[in-house]
Amino acid sequence: MSSWTDKRPMSPHVSIWKWHMTMASSILHRITGVGNYIGIFIVVAWLFATAAGPDYYEPLASIVGTIWGQLILFGFTLSISYHLLNGIRHLVMDAGRALNPKFASFLSGLVLVLSVALAVAIWLLAGLVPGVDPLNITGTGNMIATGAAQ
Amino acid sequence: MSKPQETMRTPLGKVRGLGSAKHGAGHFITQRVSAIALIFLVPWFLISLIGAVRGGYDSALTWVADPINGVLTLLAVGAALYHMRLGMQVVVEDYIAKHGAKNLLLILNTFVCVGLFAAAAYAVLKIAIA
Repeated sequence: MSSWTDKRPMSPHVSIWKWHMTMASSILHRITGVGNYIGIFIVVAWLFATAAGPDYYEPLASIVGTIWGQLILFGFTLSISYHLLNGIRHLVMDAGRALNPKFASFLSGLVLVLSVALAVAIWLLAGLVPGVDPLNITGTGNMIATGAAQ
Repeated sequence: MSKPQETMRTPLGKVRGLGSAKHGAGHFITQRVSAIALIFLVPWFLISLIGAVRGGYDSALTWVADPINGVLTLLAVGAALYHMRLGMQVVVEDYIAKHGAKNLLLILNTFVCVGLFAAAAYAVLKIAIA
């Protein structure tokens, strides 16, 4: 299996632990952190393309506008909202609060639900979901844009 | 003395310099200070940016050219890059055990973050001064 030959007992490793909400939350915090690391390349590329001119901006905008671009962008939104909300939870725990196991698990679950809700809310309110624009950001004048708004 | 010493180096001399670099507290604190800044900067950036990008290239250019938007954008991107450099450093240190590969990735991590900041700063300044 592995080249491990030391017969002495190993310290407990990932596989023997029962999954807890706080454990999943910790792992997810790291995964979304790495996700944000990748996502900021898009932000800097957008800034750079804005400075470089329409010749750079338009190709980037059309790539981001594809269905895969939109999916990646929504994933990035999700990653940011989770890492942001869970980061606040981490700061609270760093201050020595909310460490009671039951409450910590509850808060981990709450952060997960709220972060998905936040990402969906951002996309709905910003008019990024086709056909939905409650704040009229796209300027079509419709509360719920329909086929009539061209 | 159970064993005779094989070299002239004392046991203390052999272990000196190993272990932590004694910079853990600084890493911990700066990670959190940048996190606190990002709690304010990221929501502002998201809300403000979404409005700007909806109008296409011209609206994006006007948005970045605004002095407040420009400064806050550099603060948001700068704090994010600083924060993610610290975060990625820990990820590399946790998972990459090989000395050479670890150091290579740590250097690469710094280069990527500094490089991205240079690109962002160049972009904002170019638009602001133009």
